[in-house]
Amino acid sequence: MSFIPGQPVTAVVQRIEILKLREGDNLILGFSIGGGIDQDPAQNPFSEDKTDKGIYVTRVSKGGPADVAGLMMGDKIMQVNGWDMTMVTHDQARKRLTKKSEDVVRLLVTRKSLQDAVRQSMMPR
Amino acid sequence: MDNESQYSGYSYKSSHSRSSRKHRDRRDRHRSKSRDSRGDKSVTIQAPGEPLLDTESTRGDDRDDNWGETTTVVTGTSEHSVSNEDLTRASKELEDSSPLECRRFAGPILSGILGLFALLTPLAFLLLPQLLWRDSLEPCGTPCEGLYVSLAFKLLVLLISSWALFLRPPRATLPRFFVFRCLLMALVFLFVASYWLFYGVRVLEPREKDYRGIVGYAVSLVDALLFIQYLALVLLEVRHLRPAFCLKVVRTTDGASRFYNIGHLSIQRAAVWVLDQYYSDFPVYNPALLNLPKSILSKKMSGFKVYSLGEENSTNNSTGQSRAMIAAAARRRDNSHNEYYYEEAEMDRRIRKRKARLVVAVEEAFTHIKRLQEDEQATSPKHPREVMDPREAAQAIFAPMARAMQKYLRTTRQQPYHSMESIIAHLQFCITHNMTPKAFLERYLTPGPTMQYQRENGRGRQWTLVSEEPVTSALRQGLVFSLRRLDFALVVTVTALPFLNLGEEFIDPKSHKFVMRLQSETSV
Repeated sequence: MSFIPGQPVTAVVQRIEILKLREGDNLILGFSIGGGIDQDPAQNPFSEDKTDKGIYVTRVSKGGPADVAGLMMGDKIMQVNGWDMTMVTHDQARKRLTKKSEDVVRLLVTRKSLQDAVRQSMMPR
Repeated sequence: MDNESQYSGYSYKSSHSRSSRKHRDRRDRHRSKSRDSRGDKSVTIQAPGEPLLDTESTRGDDRDDNWGETTTVVTGTSEHSVSNEDLTRASKELEDSSPLECRRFAGPILSGILGLFALLTPLAFLLLPQLLWRDSLEPCGTPCEGLYVSLAFKLLVLLISSWALFLRPPRATLPRFFVFRCLLMALVFLFVASYWLFYGVRVLEPREKDYRGIVGYAVSLVDALLFIQYLALVLLEVRHLRPAFCLKVVRTTDGASRFYNIGHLSIQRAAVWVLDQYYSDFPVYNPALLNLPKSILSKKMSGFKVYSLGEENSTNNSTGQSRAMIAAAARRRDNSHNEYYYEEAEMDRRIRKRKARLVVAVEEAFTHIKRLQEDEQATSPKHPREVMDPREAAQAIFAPMARAMQKYLRTTRQQPYHSMESIIAHLQFCITHNMTPKAFLERYLTPGPTMQYQRENGRGRQWTLVSEEPVTSALRQGLVFSLRRLDFALVVTVTALPFLNLGEEFIDPKSHKFVMRLQSETSV
């Protein structure tokens, strides 16, 4: 999941569609994010590369919409509704996820187990 | 024990003046030519009266080490015979005879005489016309008196500064003559000679009447001498103060090494300087500490024995045998490093144990005496106390610690350096100066620099300067020379100090600002 500056980022991603749940006046998704280009990447417990400033899922509330949709803790969010999440500040990420006009967010997430699984299957027997 | 080296080459400072140098160096040149062979560039730094086996390599056999225990000392000779050791010692002392002693001082004395001559020349210039043709001299009033005063003061300054700078006892004899000194000597000699020449031709012959001119002439000579002294100061004392090279000095036997910064010097002067530092920086060379214990080495030496079982073709056998032995030796696991490790650990443990016993013994011994305060009563009817001077006190408390001390010195192989007498003397010294047991032991717990083990002796030490370049050439990057003694050597490598490019950066004190590191987690 690390990137080389100047080269396109390639990753194996999974599409996750989360339907926002309405609770009173708020639309909640049921997970927490951490990270961003204005944050300290060394504190990220989920990233492989400690210079990775992407947005990571730090907590998924049980039974919430994200959990139902299949989001797991430690996932790195690559795109939200087509908007890139690899080079955003923490606040920008929060805003993209919590737009009041959208009911559904379609995420592209990647995790290490995905990469490993693909690599395993691609290995010549 | 160890003798002071003589550094007469360095002893420009020893002479009164510079004009004597040329004479002395001419003599040295002749001597060095006869002494050194042309092909071999190793040059000797000569010191008079050096014992062949000097005291840096220890000879513990003939010393009485058993003073801590009550054992009889076996000498191997009777009272009426002379032992071999006595003979060698006597012959060595005969060899340390004195003709070189004179050589050490002959140079300075000669240079002193010639320096005095140079200093008296202006006075002679002034006095000769007065003595010889006083009547026909023009009288010379106030300007002459001014010149007299200035002459007197300049001569005084010359005298004092020569005394301060150059009148020092020589500390080394250098193998080749000292280039700068010779230059200055030649310069001074030329000056004085040409002044005398002109004086003789222009003043003495025609009996010059203008006395003021003569006085002016003498004053100009003194000025020139002052300037030459300034030149000497700069060339000999100041130029080598600014560091330009870094010398690495390594002792060949045990790898003790130091780095020194030094200025622009010739190889021989740098060698002298390095030796000065060696005596106070390097721990003393103890040959007993060098070898691996025999138990380890002997195991390596034992190899396989190959027996031939009665075959006819001997040549084939021998090569086959040797190959088999080599193969077997290669295959056998070499465990000597293991043994070395354990042997070292054991040795450390032993030393620490003995050291602990020694420290305790010394501390206890020191509690037995205390200093008598002046107002205290020395004797009282109930508790009579003996008043002792330091030597007796030292002897009194030496007995309980003697055994522990001797065992410790044996374990650390220092016993040749410290005789019982020297230990008692040191103890007396420490008691007199109110030192604690720890201060007393400092001398024995760590091996000190070589200077600590010197005995005052007028004779010098013999070092040989071995170098591939002529020893009067200047130091430069990559030069290597070595200073050899009988059983070890110091290898000196010269590297230039790096050129420093110092830049500047201004930091505004208001620019020091900090923020907390962000690690926020937002739930969406």
